[in-house]
Amino acid sequence: MMTILYAILGVTLAPFAGILIAGTDRILTAKFQSRTGPPLLQPLYDIAKLWAKEPMVGHRFQPLCVYIYLAAAMVSVALFFAQSDLLLIFFVQAVGAVFLVMGAFLVPSPFSQAGANRELIQILTYEPLIIIVLAGIHLYTGSFKISAVYAMDKPLLMNLPLLFIVFGYALTIKLRKSPFDISASHHAHQELVRGVFTEYSGRMLALIEIAHLYETVLILGLCSLFWTTSIMGMVVLLALTYIAEIIVDNISARMSFRWMLKSVWASGLVLSAINLIWLYSGGRI
Amino acid sequence: MVKDLLKNSAVKKIIEKSQVKSPWLVHYDCGSCNGCDIETLACLTPLYDVERFGVINIGNPKHADVLIVTGSVNSRNKKVLKQIYDQMPAPKIVIAVGSCGLTGGIFRDAYNVVGGVDKIIPVDVYVPGCPARPEAIIDGVVEGLNKLKEIQQAAALAS
Ligand code: SF4
Repeated sequence: MMTILYAILGVTLAPFAGILIAGTDRILTAKFQSRTGPPLLQPLYDIAKLWAKEPMVGHRFQPLCVYIYLAAAMVSVALFFAQSDLLLIFFVQAVGAVFLVMGAFLVPSPFSQAGANRELIQILTYEPLIIIVLAGIHLYTGSFKISAVYAMDKPLLMNLPLLFIVFGYALTIKLRKSPFDISASHHAHQELVRGVFTEYSGRMLALIEIAHLYETVLILGLCSLFWTTSIMGMVVLLALTYIAEIIVDNISARMSFRWMLKSVWASGLVLSAINLIWLYSGGRI
Repeated sequence: MVKDLLKNSAVKKIIEKSQVKSPWLVHYDCGSCNGCDIETLACLTPLYDVERFGVINIGNPKHADVLIVTGSVNSRNKKVLKQIYDQMPAPKIVIAVGSCGLTGGIFRDAYNVVGGVDKIIPVDVYVPGCPARPEAIIDGVVEGLNKLKEIQQAAALAS
């Protein structure tokens, strides 16, 4: 009963948390560039405005793809707050990500197509890494359940520090921050118009933005699993991680997808291997 | 029932407020000397920082609310301009920038120049100057948002 309550609470509160996070993100980014930046609630204004725009649909199945993308994001957040199975959460959000790409493939626009191809490659890059991180968590705690993580008396970060860095890579790709904003940049005039999002407009784009808020919350939630022993530690870890994300976003240029695939897989796999071998050799599991 | 709730409630207020607080713009340069083009981009630099007003240079007509046109329209690009305008979902506003955008400017007598932007698409705000100053362009966008408010009120009266 409690878990269902948590899930409902999580799903209702997540978008608001997401809006605050995204708003802070934009203000901090502006500060780094010595600008004033938009108001904190700017993401809310953007979504509400998009919601009221005249509908323009490129293909009749596109709305369906958007609904599934949003539903998958919501379900995965609900599952997370219900302390469910990590693998299940992972697969549900993967289904959503694929439907977003499918919607972009439905229309013949070259920007949308190129963006969709790149998004697929991004998915291909971060999914194996997340799987490895989840496998690491399983090795250490002996279960894929989130409740098992909470049962540990030492934070995961102590024993899985390198896996946390690997997870950071996945986080950057998933949040579409530089240097990995190759499928759809936040700054649309720079690259590919808006990549995967080019052909979504109005209300569909608003729904995609909402789904993205859910995804941000989910990913930060997964991040928080690395420090479950104290609330304070969790908040500090999340804040540091997100600020690091923003700094990396601001100091790096956009790279090509080949570079992303090579560097992220190479460093990600090496780091995970070192971490897992260290776990074994230290007899910690 | 749900529809009624959405129509006369706080949600509607939030949406109306948001429409003037988040103008995403697409910028099309029809040609001429490019001076106004550069001044428009100057608005986006840290010195003027239009993101304070929620303005984003979105570069995609399908996401944009405001179309900023600089330069004089010629027979070659008038179709492109029309197409960009048509691809923008309503509500939308058009801002013509610079003498060229207003009338054709010093290029108005050239054989291929059609004239001002309003020969092709309806223009809501005219920003004069050669080149128009960034402050004037920002003022033009703010003026355009007032126009958007008027459109909202007219729609509210009609319904
Ligand atoms: S109005 Fe003047 S500065 Fe602007 S494009 Fe025309 S000639 Fe250039």
